[in-house]
Amino acid sequence: MCNFSFGIISLVFFVELCYYKLVKTNLSGDTMKTLDEIKIGEQGTVVRIGSSGALRRRIIDMGITPGAVVIKRKAAPFGDPIEINVRGYELSIRRSEAKEITLDSITKYKS
Amino acid sequence: MNSIEKNNAETKPLKLVLAGNPNCGKTTLFNQLTGSKQYVGNWPGVTVEKKEGKVKNNRGIDVTITDLPGIYSLSPYTPEEIVTRNCLLNDDPDVIIDIVDATNMERNLYLTTQLAELGRPIVIALNMIDILEKRGDKIDIDFLQKSLGIPVVGISASKNIGIDKLVDKVFEVASKGKYVEVKNIYSPETDRVLRDIEDALEAVKQSPYHRKRWTAVKLFEGDRVTWAHYNFTDVQKKHIDFHINEVKLAKNIDREMIIADERYKYICSITQKAVRRSKPVGCITFSDKIDSVVTNKYLALPVFLLTMLMVFFITFGPLGNLLRDGADWLINTWFAELVSNFLVSANAAEWAQSLVVDGVIGGVGAVVSFLPQIMLLFTLLSLLEDSGYMARAAFIMDKLLRLIGLSGKAFVPMLMGFGCTVPAVMATRTLENQKDKRLTILITPFMSCSAKMPVYLLFISAFFPDAGPFVIFGIYLLGMVVSVLTALLFKNTILKGKNAPFVMELPPYRMPSPKSLWLHVWDRLKDFLVRAGTVLVGATVLIWFLQRFDFGMHMVASADESILASVGVFIAPVFALCGFGDWRASVSLVTGLAAKESIVSTMSVLFSGTALSTVFTPLSAISFLVFVLLYTPCVAALSAISREMNSKKWTAFAVVYQLCVAWLASALVYQFGTLIMNIVG
Repeated sequence: MCNFSFGIISLVFFVELCYYKLVKTNLSGDTMKTLDEIKIGEQGTVVRIGSSGALRRRIIDMGITPGAVVIKRKAAPFGDPIEINVRGYELSIRRSEAKEITLDSITKYKS
Repeated sequence: MNSIEKNNAETKPLKLVLAGNPNCGKTTLFNQLTGSKQYVGNWPGVTVEKKEGKVKNNRGIDVTITDLPGIYSLSPYTPEEIVTRNCLLNDDPDVIIDIVDATNMERNLYLTTQLAELGRPIVIALNMIDILEKRGDKIDIDFLQKSLGIPVVGISASKNIGIDKLVDKVFEVASKGKYVEVKNIYSPETDRVLRDIEDALEAVKQSPYHRKRWTAVKLFEGDRVTWAHYNFTDVQKKHIDFHINEVKLAKNIDREMIIADERYKYICSITQKAVRRSKPVGCITFSDKIDSVVTNKYLALPVFLLTMLMVFFITFGPLGNLLRDGADWLINTWFAELVSNFLVSANAAEWAQSLVVDGVIGGVGAVVSFLPQIMLLFTLLSLLEDSGYMARAAFIMDKLLRLIGLSGKAFVPMLMGFGCTVPAVMATRTLENQKDKRLTILITPFMSCSAKMPVYLLFISAFFPDAGPFVIFGIYLLGMVVSVLTALLFKNTILKGKNAPFVMELPPYRMPSPKSLWLHVWDRLKDFLVRAGTVLVGATVLIWFLQRFDFGMHMVASADESILASVGVFIAPVFALCGFGDWRASVSLVTGLAAKESIVSTMSVLFSGTALSTVFTPLSAISFLVFVLLYTPCVAALSAISREMNSKKWTAFAVVYQLCVAWLASALVYQFGTLIMNIVG
């Protein structure tokens, strides 16, 4: 019984590991995360923007385009929205919107 | 060309437009250029409609300058973008003055690359060079204008630096009237496709020659407005589509993205060489240091509440009271005596003395004595607005406001509602969707406007002289509670829908300039004085007259037999359940529809000589204040509401809803209060 549950857990762990390796990794081997997932004080380079219509266009117009570097500054007192720095200015964006923005080359921001 | 024609070209009136990002200083520049006094704030989207100013230049040519709403892009999604786009496309301005915030070049130049395609001559006004210098950054203006191919003039609109040079440049460009196309924005592949589309358009002969690049880009992006504008035949459509599809799309990339991406890449290639930063991008600025406290996870809410309390304490505390007492003495004692003595010495008839002293000075004076306090509240709110705090308040409150179906942006109009409902309702234009806008307009009037303050203060001084701040705070709080309940009620019933996006710039903090503060306050002061001089004087004279004569035009011995009493008596029973079924209370509420201040002026005319306590009890005073807080706003606010709702049905609904809520709340307060007093007593 104990062995069995250990097996299940390790299987789940293995599947999760594969998922991370296969799905959340780009070709150069960097881990990709959404803007919502990275920690406060981290930065990343935009690779993909989801969503559609007016919201997507607004995100792009504000300078969040592939290749742009985004720094996650802080979260509002109730955890949402978040404040980011992009192209040298501060922007507030909701977490639901940040989920649509995928980043790679995630590092800690050093001032 | 003969000389007459040439002369015409030189004296032809000029049309200039100001375009640029929100909060880049357009309105400040507009005020500098036209000498006018439009009000400026430090949160994105203060200018919500285009404004025009006319001046003559040194050669005597008429110049019309249009201030357009600030936009980030010429896409057709938000109301401001549509207004700006239509104006630029249809009005064919002689020169577009593109204001670029020197401290935020990349995003500002993004709009420039779009304006440059409109086929009109452009001059870039590189604004805030003083702030740039202070930061120790440098911009190579020569390099910038050479690489963009657009004349650039460095200015500081707020400090009045470089404005003359800008004006000279604009007239120089206007006299040449030549449009220079900006080259090399796009990658060779995209550029080739755009040229192919231009050629296709040329064959159709549908696009004005000077605007073919703009049209080609918009068609390529799939801009629905542009596609709908041209009635392409199926063959033409296929032809254009063929060219568009020549650009192969990578995964997750669409055509709008290609254009935006290439614009930003082009801009970066220029700014990298033109801008020399003293500190790296994203480093901690002065604004960030303020924000580390003001939007801090734990400190943000206490700071916010403390700020609001400070505003209230300063306005209603010792300082505000001192100012009011001073103004009250000045008008109602010193000035009234002066006029009264003069009238006596001039042997004026008794009725004339009564009209001037009891009617006009008594009525209008009762309101004017509150002016210093109203100005104080307005100055403080303007300070918050000019400094950049409003955007932070929206950032902090967004999550909470979403619970009641609104976005954080709705917070700015709500806060402004404490000053005056008219600009607050107008500020709802920055809200991106109809549902948010209507909901915000419905609840903003419940934010107690400064014109209602005199009513509260009048009753407090009569009934609760010791508990003033508590009563005021309670009233303001009730207004907020009612607006939250209203929002909750409508969010799940008649105003259901998706939440609008919340991608909002947090502008750097700025020291509010005394001049801009004065413009805010002057705007309000002027409005108040105009109202005092027209509506209030008119209403008090009318009330004085109606109160002293009966229907047979005979002067009455007691006001109870007057015309006013007969009208008031007719309405009064409606308010019996609320505890103030007196005709004088009803009449003043009716005059309050013209302007809230006239509740006070009417009462002081009607009650001259009698104490308020002959009609009101402390409890009915409270229920009366509750009604004043919640009932239909003044006509000026109503006309703003009807304009912004853009629907007669919704405006009528707002009026009926506010009347019902006010009556219900007031009756509940009075009835429950009576019940509790009976049990306790």
